[in-house]
Amino acid sequence: MTGPLASNPVGRSFDPAALAARYSAVLILLLIIAGFAIAEPAFLSADTMGNTVKQASFIGIAAVGMVFVLLTAGIDLSVGSIMYLGPLLAGIAMRDMEVGVTGALLISVLAGAAMGAINAFFVVALRIIPFITTLATLFLFRGFGAYLTSSRQLDFPDEVRGFGLATVFGLPMPVIVFAIIVAAAYVILVHTPLGRQIYAFGNDAEGARKAGLPTARLQAFVYIASGMCASLAGFVLISQIGRLDTGFGEGREFSVIAAAVLGGASLFGGVGGAFSAVIGALTIQTVQAGLVYTGINLYLQPLLLGLVIFIAVLLDGLRQARLDDSRRRIIRPFVSTPASMSSPKSRTTKEPSP
Amino acid sequence: MSALLGLHRLSKSWFGVPAVTDMTLEIPAGICLGMIGENGAGKSTLMNMIGGVVAPTSGSMTWRGEPYDPKTPADAKASGIAFIHQELNLFTNLTVAENIFVDEFPRRLGLIDKRQMIGRTRALLDRLNLHAEPETPVGNLAPGERQLVEIAKALHREAALIIFDEPTTSLTARETDKLFETIRALRADGATIVYISHILGEVKALSDHLAVLRDGHLVDEGPIERFDIPAMINAMIGRELSAIYPARSSQPADEVVLEADGLSQAGVVEDICFKLHRGEILGIFGLMGSGRSELARMIFGVDPTGSGTLFMHDQPVTGDTRERIARGMAFVTENRREEGLMMDATISDNLSLVTIEDFGRPPVALIDRERLKARTEGVRDEVRIKAANIATQAARALSGGNQQKVVIGKWLLGAPQLFILDEPTRGVDVGAKHEIYTIIDKLAASGSAVLLISSELEELMGTCDRILVMAQGEITGAFAKDAFSEAAIIAAAFKEVAA
Repeated sequence: MTGPLASNPVGRSFDPAALAARYSAVLILLLIIAGFAIAEPAFLSADTMGNTVKQASFIGIAAVGMVFVLLTAGIDLSVGSIMYLGPLLAGIAMRDMEVGVTGALLISVLAGAAMGAINAFFVVALRIIPFITTLATLFLFRGFGAYLTSSRQLDFPDEVRGFGLATVFGLPMPVIVFAIIVAAAYVILVHTPLGRQIYAFGNDAEGARKAGLPTARLQAFVYIASGMCASLAGFVLISQIGRLDTGFGEGREFSVIAAAVLGGASLFGGVGGAFSAVIGALTIQTVQAGLVYTGINLYLQPLLLGLVIFIAVLLDGLRQARLDDSRRRIIRPFVSTPASMSSPKSRTTKEPSP
Repeated sequence: MSALLGLHRLSKSWFGVPAVTDMTLEIPAGICLGMIGENGAGKSTLMNMIGGVVAPTSGSMTWRGEPYDPKTPADAKASGIAFIHQELNLFTNLTVAENIFVDEFPRRLGLIDKRQMIGRTRALLDRLNLHAEPETPVGNLAPGERQLVEIAKALHREAALIIFDEPTTSLTARETDKLFETIRALRADGATIVYISHILGEVKALSDHLAVLRDGHLVDEGPIERFDIPAMINAMIGRELSAIYPARSSQPADEVVLEADGLSQAGVVEDICFKLHRGEILGIFGLMGSGRSELARMIFGVDPTGSGTLFMHDQPVTGDTRERIARGMAFVTENRREEGLMMDATISDNLSLVTIEDFGRPPVALIDRERLKARTEGVRDEVRIKAANIATQAARALSGGNQQKVVIGKWLLGAPQLFILDEPTRGVDVGAKHEIYTIIDKLAASGSAVLLISSELEELMGTCDRILVMAQGEITGAFAKDAFSEAAIIAAAFKEVAA
């Protein structure tokens, strides 16, 4: 069956172009690292790389949650605000109720889950599209935080920094948390029915409904997961600084979405994985660190970062166009098999003059 | 033999228009029932009732002797009825095994038991003789292989009745042979099959029993030996041409308006050649999925063309839809609701949509409301849209026939030379049909060339000067008015080459 296969986006045999498309995210990351390494060999030092990974954890943890949402072809714009409000509630509990660090961590994650549940309620029960829902909660969550603090900064007790700056076997705490979250996401996405059904829903929502999958539960889960991850990411970073400013997390939703997409998750759903968050967060952080390291004009940096994100989204769009193409209705077999019965000779075309 | 599935005086009508009427049919266990009928004969509605997609208006069904009243597709599935549609319901980003088990994964300690899932999938694939790895993504499979995965799903659920709806449309000859082997093997294992197809030779080869549908009625039924292919065709057609068609009031001229020279697009159409003359109404007949609508979209520049050239007045046509409109093309789509009309906008706004740029008044192109109003009122009278006030009434408020007049009317404003009409009378009552036929005749009489695409042969025979027939993306016949023959045209459409 050579004929029909030719129409597939990914052939079964070895195809360098298909392979490159599949691992384009990793390739882009490696190219960027190589580029900076050529410009400045010291960029490859263990110190710099270690620092990059540590700093990537913050966006990375939230991006794991975002991957879940993107897999369902949804979007969560409220993650930046959740990063702020989740740790804020934990901090208030520490200050006013003498909760310990573990308790605060727990409160932060639960608050994130609750905010995710609010998003899920609007998206699933009221069927408001995710973009509008999370755009509204972006303002709601931050507004609630501003009301609680009267827009003042909140100082955390010192023991929080003891947690945030701790290392285990030489690994900094943010990296450990990031690794745990990625591992958990990997298991859920690859090895549980829930995970596989999320992929199915993202591939064809109507088909998933017809197949009797619990679509409401799937959709609710991804927003709750995203809220939990965002809040946890916020807490991990705050526990290193020890202070929560009003503007914390503002605009971060874009880095988080960009990281997920850069890592290979598709805005159109059904494509991506736990490691998308890792690759994407590393890419963004590498670009930022590299630009600083090579001393490129400070004011050029947002532009270059934007360019990288633009390329990622462009690639995603191209990939989707290809996918749509392969889904077009096929009326007749592709005639590249010579033995096919529908050879043009058997036609009875006659064109009479009117 | 007891009946596995029984239909008792089953009827369904849509807004008072009957689609299936009083259908009584028993499907005994273990047979392969072939089902044939023209477009609109009621096959899909019948299948949708059996599949729990739509509820019957009256009548009842029995399954294994018990009353059967599916409310959802899941009910039908749970009863043991599986559907294999032309358009498959598979998730291309999941593996073969995951697609089979997606609604109920085997688990171990809360995680998917991959070993069990893959083992059971391999057993199913072996039964179907499909040499694909259970862990191959479905997106990497050929159409024929995907269909076997769909059949594997039915086997996995131990379906007792498997209904195939036009399963071979996108398969190669080899894949089709393999599918037939599989279907025969399924029957040998005790499954009951319903096989619906437009390809009569296939139905004849596979079935033991035949049911023929026409206009929502079961018109004939019996063992397959009773039917040869001409008898099948005769049973499907057989009605009188009614008097709703106005006589043609003009003759086509010699001037060629549109010429297609070898239009091809891989997987869609192949080597399409025809000439369309000034003042001519050229019909294109074909069954569902024959490529007729796709051809129309290619001519209008909505879908890409692989190779071949299109000429308009001997000049090659290139460029996008916008350019083609400027050269005098007009397109009335088959999806009036989705593509042809802005349902919530006023009738006037809809009428002026295509030509709005012509009503700009210098220097800044603000719209000349007075002139626009005069022109839209003119068109409204020309096509006789029945509306109280076209400036305030929304298109949604009109009947189907009047909506269609708006769609035609919006093109009239630009006085095009070529009209492409795709199913212009779909969902329109008989009275409005007559008016639309009259409009089409007037278009031709005023010098436009008309390409009329329809799945209703009667309508084409009543209105066209010439009919081209398409099947599987090719032109399989061309008939001048004096050679119109229902049987010959249907035979060409079913690709049963009249020897």
